[in-house]
Amino acid sequence: MNLDEALKTFVIESRELLEGMEDALLRIEQSPGDADLINAVFRAAHTIKGSAGLFGLDPVVEFTHNAENVLARARAGELPINAEFVALFLEVCDHMRTLVDRVANGGDFDVEVSDRSHELVVRLQAFSPAGIPAEQKPMLPSSSPDVVAETADEASTETGDWHISLRFGRSVLKNGMDPLAFLRYLTTFGTIVRIVTLFDDLPETDAFDAEECYLGFEISYRTDADKAAIEGAFEFVRDDAQIRILPPHSKISEYVDFIQSMSPDEIKLGEILIRCGTLTQNELDTALRTQAEEEAAGEAHHPIGEVLVAQRTVSPAVVDAALQKQKALKENRGGDSSMIRVNADKLDEHINLIGELIIASAGIDLSAIKSGIPELLEAASVMKRLVENVRDSALQLRMVQIGATFNKFQRVVRDVSKEIGKEIRLEISGAETELDKTVIEKISDPLTHLVRNSMDHGIESADVRLARGKPAYGTLRLNAYHDSGSIVIEVSDDGGGLNRERILAKAIERGLVKPDELPSDDDVYNLIFEPGFSTAEQINNLSGRGVGMDVVRRNIKDLRGSIDIETTAGQGSTMRIRLPLTLAIIDGFLVGVGNSSFIVPLEMVVECVELTQEEVDASHGRQHLNLRGEVLPFIRLKELFDLPDVPPPAENEDDDDDFGLGNADGTRDEGTSTANARYEVDEELAFLLQPVKRENVVVVTYAGKRAGLVVDELLGEHQTVIRPLGAVFNGMEGISGFTILGTGRVALILDVPGLVRRVASDDVRKNRAPSTHRG
Amino acid sequence: MENRITSPGGTPAFAVEGEFTIFSAAALKPEIVAAVRNAAGQAVEIDLAQVSEIDSAGLQLMALAKREAAAAGRDLSFVRPSAAVLDVLALCDLASFFDVPASSDNGDPRPAQRDPS
Repeated sequence: MNLDEALKTFVIESRELLEGMEDALLRIEQSPGDADLINAVFRAAHTIKGSAGLFGLDPVVEFTHNAENVLARARAGELPINAEFVALFLEVCDHMRTLVDRVANGGDFDVEVSDRSHELVVRLQAFSPAGIPAEQKPMLPSSSPDVVAETADEASTETGDWHISLRFGRSVLKNGMDPLAFLRYLTTFGTIVRIVTLFDDLPETDAFDAEECYLGFEISYRTDADKAAIEGAFEFVRDDAQIRILPPHSKISEYVDFIQSMSPDEIKLGEILIRCGTLTQNELDTALRTQAEEEAAGEAHHPIGEVLVAQRTVSPAVVDAALQKQKALKENRGGDSSMIRVNADKLDEHINLIGELIIASAGIDLSAIKSGIPELLEAASVMKRLVENVRDSALQLRMVQIGATFNKFQRVVRDVSKEIGKEIRLEISGAETELDKTVIEKISDPLTHLVRNSMDHGIESADVRLARGKPAYGTLRLNAYHDSGSIVIEVSDDGGGLNRERILAKAIERGLVKPDELPSDDDVYNLIFEPGFSTAEQINNLSGRGVGMDVVRRNIKDLRGSIDIETTAGQGSTMRIRLPLTLAIIDGFLVGVGNSSFIVPLEMVVECVELTQEEVDASHGRQHLNLRGEVLPFIRLKELFDLPDVPPPAENEDDDDDFGLGNADGTRDEGTSTANARYEVDEELAFLLQPVKRENVVVVTYAGKRAGLVVDELLGEHQTVIRPLGAVFNGMEGISGFTILGTGRVALILDVPGLVRRVASDDVRKNRAPSTHRG
Repeated sequence: MENRITSPGGTPAFAVEGEFTIFSAAALKPEIVAAVRNAAGQAVEIDLAQVSEIDSAGLQLMALAKREAAAAGRDLSFVRPSAAVLDVLALCDLASFFDVPASSDNGDPRPAQRDPS
């Protein structure tokens, strides 16, 4: 791993840690007694400090160190964890993010940043008046050996020190790591009491390669941190160095083992340990003598340890606990390593290739059918199934839970509610709902805008709320769920709801609506998405400037989604965003109209029914159908897209092959071709009774509304790789993309949401003014 | 970075300037070894006043020079260590090993603030 790569990883990990830290802080506000949460905050700060130390990012280390000290005291229960604490640490968290951003941008820490660091440090110290515990200061002991000796003397009366033995691998320097950086890092959370630097491995002058590392250190180290933290310091060099860490009060046997394992020259290492102050001369003598005696008695090395354990009466429980802890740590690591970071571009490329694979497989399928060779047909169908599985699993790779995005709003809600002086709570549900990563990235901004809008305009001030008999605090709800192939994200508030009259008045004033018009509720509410439309009486820096809601709608439309509003005066409103689950590949339903083919997203298809002449007659030209007692508006695609009629119906019966896919009849899915099957059985009779070819209606649903699409032919399911339309076709209604069929022909993908909306609004307009009926 | 052999005060000296790190170590090694071996007099001085940065690689070279001098029977001393050098020697408790005065005449004995950029 070169240094740039490692630094990149540091930035990514730090950002993740900071996210976790912010999340924990926000939750602490609700449950201040939760030790896990404060631990999580502490760990995040500690880990960032540690990694920053490895890269020599002193501004980060220094700042984080101060924060960590306060956190350590809070964790120990010495400081109250209150709103003030959380507010301060949210600022600390933000500043750490700034620092990490600076690192990501090349490590430019300017005056502005250091001033801010300084300001926060002063506030941190004010918060923790007793100051920083002396032994945690990241300063080195002064270079004078006398002072070091003094501290060492004190040590004998204290808890005892760790012993760390380091032998760095030859390649450490070449790998961009400096052993001294690890020592420096150790000084950030403890004190190096004694250190002996070993040059014993320095080769002969000629063999000496200045770029290889020959260093070793024996360190006596004092810290309150645990073994995991010390091990963590050497995380980056773990595979590249021999590291032995002996806890305070270790058994002499462990030192004996250690001495034996490290060096053939036992006496020398023993002496080094004495120089380090880790062992007394007496202890070393005892250890070596015991060992010598045992050897003389002809016993193997193994029992020595046991004898010594017995001598020192070390409690087995302690050892057990230590083992358990290490095991847990190992398992934790195992969990981490089962995740892989993958470049999003690689994933996109993978999905594109699978798109091509699907098209190719459709082509093979078609050739197999034409050839009529049973073996080939079977092989093709097996392959088709596998390709479908591959497609599903590939798309699954891109699926991300929306929870992380939702959690970001905890902070937004907290900050905005402080800013506008309203108490607002955020409730989140459906956080485990998954959707495509690209979609999640693009939905974050519109969602932020909706949340702010709801808080600012939706939720009333506390006194108004109380007057209306509602609790003083407002509630904002974020919810997500899956619904017929789309994901629905709801932003709801329990505020005053949209004011229909005011919106309408404003719209008339702006000339968006004619004064004599009587638009439907939906139409009125949708006006708030018009560019520059705002009914806010007060403009503030959050919203109300009329910029934004139109951008929200445009962003959502770009994702092939839609937004609608449900509002009850005095009770609140819900903004409901619907988005397609994926932007790449869908299950489609292929239909034929005239000589053209169209794809309807399969998830939106409810059923297929025949459109009989009686029904057409019964509708009296009103484009409505009686579907089991329900009124179903329908659209004739042939009229919509102005397609020429197919050759005369009688001729058409023998001319199926002209359709390209027409001969797929025999292999259609059982379930979807019932209508056609019946049609074929009754062919003769049908022809005699009704010389006009019968049409089929594909009933589709979107956002709870149904509509019928009148088509000539139902051609069955089709794996659809969505291709975007070129810029020329932008704004073309009714079409959302195209795909390539197995034959190489193009099929247009119908924009069902748009079509359903068109029928619904036509409906309204028709009731109002029949003359506007589209011809 | 430039390394010159100068003779302040008559003692043959080798001066390390700028970075005394992995980036310069390979180039410095033969020069340091040569300076120690080919020194005219008994006493050899290596001037560390202009060292802006030193890492493990530099430290190793100092150890190598010391051993080389001992083998050649010469008296090697490191003179005028910069703040960066003192910082590292303090960290590794090597000040007495290299016989470097704890504070030097060129000023600030405190550990040098490292520039992150």
